[in-house]
Amino acid sequence: MTDMTTLFTNARLIDPQAGTDQIGSLLVLDGLISKVFGQDTDLKEENITAVNSFDCAGKCLAPGIVDIGVKVCEPGERHKESFRSAGQAAAAGGVTTMVTRPDTLPAIDTPETLEFVTRRAQEDSPVNIRHMAALTKGREGREMVEIGFLQDAGAVAFTDCDRVVQSTKVFARALTYARSLGALVMAHPQDPGLSQAAAVTSGKFASLRGLPGVSPMAERMGLQRDLALVEMTGAKYHADGITTQSALPALKQAKRDGLDVTAGINIHHLTLNALDVGDYRTFFKIKPPLRDEDDRVAMVEAIADGTIDIISSMHTPQDEESKRLPFEEAASGAVALETLLPAAMRLYHSGMIKLPILWRALSLNPAKRLGLPAGRLNPGAPADLVLFDPDAPFVLDRFKLQSKSKNTPFDGQRMQGKVIATFVGGKQVFGA
Amino acid sequence: MNWRAKHLLGIEHLGPDEITTLLDLADQYVSLNRQQIKHRDTLAGLTQINMFFENSTRTQASFELAGKRLGADVMNMAMQASSIKKGETLIDTAMTLNAMHPDLLVVRHPHSGAVNLLADKVNCAVLNAGDGRHEHPTQALLDALTIRRAKGRLHRLSIAICGDIAHSRVARSNILLLGKMENRIRLIGPPTLMPSQVAEFGVEVFEDMREGLQDVDVVMMLRLQRERMDGGFIPSEREYYHRYGLDAEKLAYAKPDAIVMHPGPMNRGVEIDGTLADDINRSVIQEQVEMGVAVRMAAMELLIQARQPKGVLV
Repeated sequence: MTDMTTLFTNARLIDPQAGTDQIGSLLVLDGLISKVFGQDTDLKEENITAVNSFDCAGKCLAPGIVDIGVKVCEPGERHKESFRSAGQAAAAGGVTTMVTRPDTLPAIDTPETLEFVTRRAQEDSPVNIRHMAALTKGREGREMVEIGFLQDAGAVAFTDCDRVVQSTKVFARALTYARSLGALVMAHPQDPGLSQAAAVTSGKFASLRGLPGVSPMAERMGLQRDLALVEMTGAKYHADGITTQSALPALKQAKRDGLDVTAGINIHHLTLNALDVGDYRTFFKIKPPLRDEDDRVAMVEAIADGTIDIISSMHTPQDEESKRLPFEEAASGAVALETLLPAAMRLYHSGMIKLPILWRALSLNPAKRLGLPAGRLNPGAPADLVLFDPDAPFVLDRFKLQSKSKNTPFDGQRMQGKVIATFVGGKQVFGA
Repeated sequence: MNWRAKHLLGIEHLGPDEITTLLDLADQYVSLNRQQIKHRDTLAGLTQINMFFENSTRTQASFELAGKRLGADVMNMAMQASSIKKGETLIDTAMTLNAMHPDLLVVRHPHSGAVNLLADKVNCAVLNAGDGRHEHPTQALLDALTIRRAKGRLHRLSIAICGDIAHSRVARSNILLLGKMENRIRLIGPPTLMPSQVAEFGVEVFEDMREGLQDVDVVMMLRLQRERMDGGFIPSEREYYHRYGLDAEKLAYAKPDAIVMHPGPMNRGVEIDGTLADDINRSVIQEQVEMGVAVRMAAMELLIQARQPKGVLV
């Protein structure tokens, strides 16, 4: 045994790949998971000795969260979030790999900007960071970016984020080109016409509040368009922000047809609904807008049955000024790196999703989709781990968040589930 | 006397007892307003600021007159011309005004919920003079007073609201108020101008105007809000008038004594026939304007009283 060993004992191991949730021990060697032991293993008999030992006291030890779609506001809006603050928030939230979005100012659409953010990320963040790049220059939907160069520079996926590439010709070409390089294209399906100027989901609540609404059908229309183009081009495609039940049949069909398609949802659509906006509370303004309770429940079921593969935070920092406005004018988005895990615990405590299934969506599937070795508890996997107490109660105070921006819809809410410690490559980066 | 509200942001949060209290008081002010000397000192020494972020002539004049008749010092601020242009946010504007210690703030804003946002930040009573497509409570109250005086009651009436419901804050406030007072509400208009899932508000929805007007006691027409149209809600004005414009022929489907209302300003020949609008036997449009001043006087008095725990003001 070398010196760089840590033994985690008495841990409730959440293994998303094996689908198990059981007490055991885990040995980390040189930043990698070396061995996993069951409860019955006598560690002395196995002759296991480690330099460091960590008694988990029966709390949950799971692969760290791999969060696709985090917005770090560098370059452009560092006052909202920097790599340092986002990294600290991630560590505090049990997120060991952040996959950043390119919807910055300017957009990450050239190898040069990508190199800049890569350097910034390495300097300042305690957790792993991977970057996505824009699919079209300036996210304007006209010309594709240098997908090859960007891929060489480390881009793990290509997306224009919440901007839909409106021209099907441009999108089809970008998908075709991306396919030739095996690049993953991510989109937020939404019919641009129907969703124009919408602030909430249409329905009784939108009508009562007099807010411009978008029909949930706009999502299904956007998804069906994209899926047709994926079928045509054979590209690798991830539909992010699938939030309505009417979009699910098309998604299931595409998977049955063997298209290389996955889908994601962000945590807010699994834990909040349209009525939470209440009296024009702008912290609940997100994109796509919060849906009806029926949709929320259908989405939780879709996570449980695997129709939706990935849960992300869709971390979107906004400063106070951009939220202290009339609802229609206020900016969209919410910070969520630190609230992702406790919010996800609501699904566990409601009895709808077991922990290994939850971690399949939080860690394993995003890692698999991006070709990362993380998200597993197997020997050989990186020791990116989160130790958490699923039951610990607390009331969220937004001013205690590590993020520079404090725009969380969970402010003042009772939550259950606290991160005790976070490890990246076997090294502890957070301890409560 | 039942009145609890500290602000008048919408009908949504008023109880039927509060509505009745306000209408009863407004009735008294109608009598006062018909006398030669119309002045009271109820709000003497108090300051009322009218902040209109959206153009308005009649509502602003009505609020101004209401304040002045009760003795308040009234100031009008045309917000479109002012600091908003210099980039000041709504909340900053509100805080600035708040520092001047107004007692009543009357606000109209083009965005739904803007008045609620502002009310959270100031110490005085806030009256919503219309926010986006959300609510226009004093309009609904003056409509209610008009109906009550014309029909002798404000319950168990069959009331049709016709036209551009989707973009209308007047419609929303009226649906809420008339519903709370237990009336039968019918909404009439093309489906493109109906809010989504509006039937869940406990109303009946009609696309055919003649069918919708069958035996109603009250016909409320709405302005076709051309300035709010993103475009393409209706094919043309003339087709709209043909199908949804109120004329004598369509009105014949309503009860013989049905009254015709319109919040103004009217588009004659688009949503209502000009002759009908002027027919003093059917149209109560001028009364609505008159009731407006009285209702706003009553609302301001009640809000100020609700803020004086001992009821010092007489």
